[in-house]
Amino acid sequence: MFDALPQTDTARHRRDSVETLGVTGQVRCGVQGQTAVKNADGGKWAALVKRVADRQDADAFSEVFDHFAPRVKAFLMKSGADATLAEECAQDVMVTVWRKAAQFDPARASVATWVFTIARNRRIDMLRRDRRPEPEELTWGPEAEPDQLDALVLQQESARLTAAIAELPDKQRVMIERAYYGDLSHSEIAEETGLPLGTIKSRIRLALERLRHNLS
Amino acid sequence: MKITHHLSDKLLMAYSAGTLPEAFNLVVATHISMCDECRARLAEFDAVGGALIEATETTTTMGSDALAATLARIKAGGPTERAVPAPRAGVLPQPLHDYVGGDVESVAWRSVGGGVKQAILRTSEHASARLLFIPGGAAVPDHGHRGTELTLVLQGAFADEHDRFGPGDIEIANEDLHHQPVAEPGVDCICLAATDAPLKFRAFLPRLAQPFLQI
Repeated sequence: MFDALPQTDTARHRRDSVETLGVTGQVRCGVQGQTAVKNADGGKWAALVKRVADRQDADAFSEVFDHFAPRVKAFLMKSGADATLAEECAQDVMVTVWRKAAQFDPARASVATWVFTIARNRRIDMLRRDRRPEPEELTWGPEAEPDQLDALVLQQESARLTAAIAELPDKQRVMIERAYYGDLSHSEIAEETGLPLGTIKSRIRLALERLRHNLS
Repeated sequence: MKITHHLSDKLLMAYSAGTLPEAFNLVVATHISMCDECRARLAEFDAVGGALIEATETTTTMGSDALAATLARIKAGGPTERAVPAPRAGVLPQPLHDYVGGDVESVAWRSVGGGVKQAILRTSEHASARLLFIPGGAAVPDHGHRGTELTLVLQGAFADEHDRFGPGDIEIANEDLHHQPVAEPGVDCICLAATDAPLKFRAFLPRLAQPFLQI
């Protein structure tokens, strides 16, 4: 699943980014090798999406496609679509990834998270589920860009969340999967989700504060 | 705006998963438009969705020509989209503004007695949403609930025996709650309310009125 190179490559990249920003100690590597690889991967996907946004880079896009399209297809099939419909909708999702690449905000989401939101919206249309109005947009606008360190740390924390969810007890993980595949109604979702949440939220709060400051 | 009553994890997870009835989606989207704390919490629930996508088994494969077909569709056109921040100055946040077709002055209010007015918003039949206008100092009829009722304050404030709710605050009520909310004196209170079951009134008269209120 992972290329042979990224571990050393992105480990260096991570050090570079942190040094460039003159910050050390805030960015910790994952405890296990697995986590470190995934952390590194998070930054990789964000960089590829940026290439699609900035240069309409088809090579970068095909890497993103190879990784995410089959996952989106599997997600849609688990949500009740047959293989043909899921294939078609996964392609739709990837077309949206291309078109909205400039809207991806690495300080507020990992690429996997962003792809999930696009796939979720496509699924609602596909299965003719209830309309889901979006909150008011909050965006950086042309003059301001997300803070690089915010983005880097967010990508790493997202990877840690992925690792933490993989380690949940089976029963709990299955409940969460069922909620996200659309098998559970809101009243069936547990009051206490038991998810290891909190770190990403604090990071996103910081990004939102910067954004609000920029907007005012 | 100091918001003290927030969305529950349960509602945020269901909104993130895309499984709420439309009327609840509208309340959640409107609250998040007013509340960065819940916006960040939602981002975290979206990240859980992202984690599931990332961890999905990869035995599923795309068709052999899928990438080429997708690139061809991209080439064939359709706009690339850049985000445009939408500045807004009004009482109604954007998602609600879209449903009303304007700000508060565009709401088609109907009087329900006692100075209280409401406007039912068009959503799917799985739950209903309405805007409520309660004059400062006036009471909303004493009522209990079946199912879940969400009430989001857009302007003014109301209080019941249990708590006080100001702008941006959301009250999440279920079967256990019987209450008599009263709007605070002063500025009129405007709320967005959604319920997935009809409200039941305890007094005789409001029960008669219920078919007319459509709630």
